[in-house]
Amino acid sequence: MGIVTPVILVSVVGIVAGIGLTLAAKFMAVPVDETAVKIRECLPGANCGGCGFAGCDDYAAALAADHTLAPNMCAPGGVAAAAAIAAVLGVDAGSSEPKVARVHCTGAIGVAKSSMEYQGFSTCAAAKGFFGGPGQCKNGCIGFGDCVAACKYDAIQVVNGVAWVDMEQCVACGACTKACPNSLIKLVPKKSRVWVGCSSTDPGKLTRQVCDAGCIGCKLCEKACKFEAIKVENNHASIDPDKCKNCGLCAKACPRHIIHVIPRKPVAPKAAPAAAAPKAEAPAKEEAKAE
Amino acid sequence: MDMLKVILAAVLVNNCVLVQFLGICPFLGVSKKMDSAVGMSLAVTFVMALATAATWPIQTFLLDPNGLGYLQTIVFILVIAALVQLVEIILKKYMPALHKSLGVYLPLITTNCAVLGVCINNISDGYGFVTSMLNSIGTGLGFLLAMVIFSGVRQRIEHNNIPESFKGVPITLIAASVLALAFMGFSGVIDGIFGA
Repeated sequence: MGIVTPVILVSVVGIVAGIGLTLAAKFMAVPVDETAVKIRECLPGANCGGCGFAGCDDYAAALAADHTLAPNMCAPGGVAAAAAIAAVLGVDAGSSEPKVARVHCTGAIGVAKSSMEYQGFSTCAAAKGFFGGPGQCKNGCIGFGDCVAACKYDAIQVVNGVAWVDMEQCVACGACTKACPNSLIKLVPKKSRVWVGCSSTDPGKLTRQVCDAGCIGCKLCEKACKFEAIKVENNHASIDPDKCKNCGLCAKACPRHIIHVIPRKPVAPKAAPAAAAPKAEAPAKEEAKAE
Repeated sequence: MDMLKVILAAVLVNNCVLVQFLGICPFLGVSKKMDSAVGMSLAVTFVMALATAATWPIQTFLLDPNGLGYLQTIVFILVIAALVQLVEIILKKYMPALHKSLGVYLPLITTNCAVLGVCINNISDGYGFVTSMLNSIGTGLGFLLAMVIFSGVRQRIEHNNIPESFKGVPITLIAASVLALAFMGFSGVIDGIFGA
């Protein structure tokens, strides 16, 4: 009989607690927005903040509250997530073009001249605060890899002193664009394959002195382009990806050989729209979930 | 005077983290940032006081008269877990702002051994209800003190050049042990002040 009392007592305490909690949950229930929960399920859950909200939950809540908000702001989720969210909300998905981060500097070790032997903290942010960085060009890649640390997808590495983005790994969350103290990394459409490997806005003469891979603002590319896609402003050429047809004429015209064309072959299957796009997004999504 | 003695003893001499080694998990896990450390500690203090208010009567009026003192652990865990859940539901309904700032930490406290530890210590030390409550609040404040000091230490550590093999968890554990050693220095202080 000795066992009966304790069993009853523990059971009673448990049942009382259970009933109490059930009642509390029932009477004090906070209405949860079901739409938000459904939208949250469509998002990859990487919490990268690429959409501009504090995380996937925050973005889902904002979408549920405001239906006019664009459902295609999730870069890692891409087209698939945008379509799923649009289906939940019953709105038009809009076009979510696959994007990729690109480093607009090619001033590798030996190409860009350095001005000092920097021995401080080995982060770009710290180096930038010390006379604008160890390189003579103050707009170039510092190469300590703040972007590498910011990337959650192992998509960036520093090769020969310059950050380099793996286009297969990159999900365009935009974390690196915020981490770079010189704002060298920008999100560009994945299909855009021509890019300028310099961000320097210094005058041409100065740029020529400090780096062999610097844009001198000669405007030869501007003249070579038949689509008015490349413009020289502030001593520096930049390409409008919406107008660029990837013809590569500017790259041939550039006397400094700093306009690069990514070969079509490895990029082609990803650049193909509609049919191939969701397939390409799938690995990125799985990876995001694994995290 | 006795009340002050109980609180001071709980905060400094018997500091739950650094002397009794209870609640090490949040101590190491949530001490990276000062504001989250403070939030967590305040939540723990609150839950400790609440748990003591619930468990002391259960022990005194339910378990002891029936000779079921050995059920202490299981019943206390049950009650504490239910309490934390209840607190979470109530906070969510009536104080959404507080719930949002504590939200992440509340479920963590459900199985926090420091909370269970202080409830059991209150019984085994033979404290009355008022003394038990004071002891719980004191222990919670001690937790707050340890968390604040340690998160400050960790912020200092982060900006230092630490040898490769000590980076991360090892240097954190070493810092925690040095801090624990420092708190050992408080033993006997209370007796010295108030007279044994």
